Amino acid sequence: MSELDHQVPSAFDPFADASADDSGAGAKEYVHVRVQQRNGRKSLTTVQGLKKEYSYNKILKDLKKEFCCNGTVVQDPELGQVIQLQGDQRKNVSTFLVQAGIVKKEHIKIHGF
Amino acid sequence: MGDDHDLKEEGGEIAPFDPSKKKKKKKVVIQDPADDSVEKLAEKTETLSVSEGLESTFSGLKKKKKKQVESSILTDEVGEAGEELEDHIGDDEEGEGIDLHPRYPWEGSDRDYEYEELLGRVFNILRENNPELAGDRRRTVMRPPQVLREGTKKTVFVNFMDLCKTMHRQPDHVMAFLLAELGTSGSLDGQQRLVVKGRFAPKNFEGILRRYVNEYVICIGCKSPDTILSKENRLFFLRCEKCGSGRSVAPIKAGFVARVGRRNAGT
Repeated sequence: MSELDHQVPSAFDPFADASADDSGAGAKEYVHVRVQQRNGRKSLTTVQGLKKEYSYNKILKDLKKEFCCNGTVVQDPELGQVIQLQGDQRKNVSTFLVQAGIVKKEHIKIHGF
Repeated sequence: MGDDHDLKEEGGEIAPFDPSKKKKKKKVVIQDPADDSVEKLAEKTETLSVSEGLESTFSGLKKKKKKQVESSILTDEVGEAGEELEDHIGDDEEGEGIDLHPRYPWEGSDRDYEYEELLGRVFNILRENNPELAGDRRRTVMRPPQVLREGTKKTVFVNFMDLCKTMHRQPDHVMAFLLAELGTSGSLDGQQRLVVKGRFAPKNFEGILRRYVNEYVICIGCKSPDTILSKENRLFFLRCEKCGSGRSVAPIKAGFVARVGRRNAGT
């Protein structure tokens, strides 16, 4: 009985949001924000996967100014350019990127603990 | 007298004016043959209760209800549910006009049932009969991670193997995910504990494990943790044991790991 009920067609299209996701940025276009431990209580934040069109150096400059920390753009052989910041700036970075309209919130993945 | 009454309850019953009663009646019919012996028991109690009930219908009814339920211990669960329903039918006939039913708000009135009410009723019945089917299924108990410090720079995850077993996942897979998320390196030691480089609190592990469970253990469709992770030509697939659905899951990638520490080691 309940199985029959499940098959009743409705307005809800289970594939709707999947295709929408694809058109938005694709499944692989996540921006990964990671944190890494250094010695003592120091840490490092890396931002990987921003779109190639953006000028990394300009973004970095604003990030540095906003969070009062240092940072650099690292050239990685496989992953392209990666922004590195001093300290645990995961929350800051994600809110900044969303507010500046660079990335949508659902495309940011925060890693680390 | 009780006999007459019983017959009326089961066989005849012209009274119903709403569809759900018919359903009730069906259930009663199904458990009829098994119930016959109980019925005989119930006769006595009923006659008793009715004679008592001469004083006040209210108390009499109540007593009858209780006794019938007691007598139905002989029958199985389904019978019990049926009997209770039967009770209600009986009450409907007898206790007309008097609102004795706090259980179902629609009883005693002619109005239509509302969806929420019926839903609640179904869940109540389900819960009474077999509680494991209804309600919160998300009772996947995982013990909190136990973490020790080894020296100042290494952390030991003591019950790592236990947690892998409760999740039914390969330790290798869990370890790969943990290390990728923590952004460090680590290994299993002789007692099958996970040794991770860096200083981490139990809370950190807990958060990561929670993410792991969401991504690689829980079935999206039915939320059950009874799933199997299998590898089919380089892709990981998650298959649910409860509902049979499957989905692909992302492979574990460490991503960018910045260089920490002395630089002259590599170059």
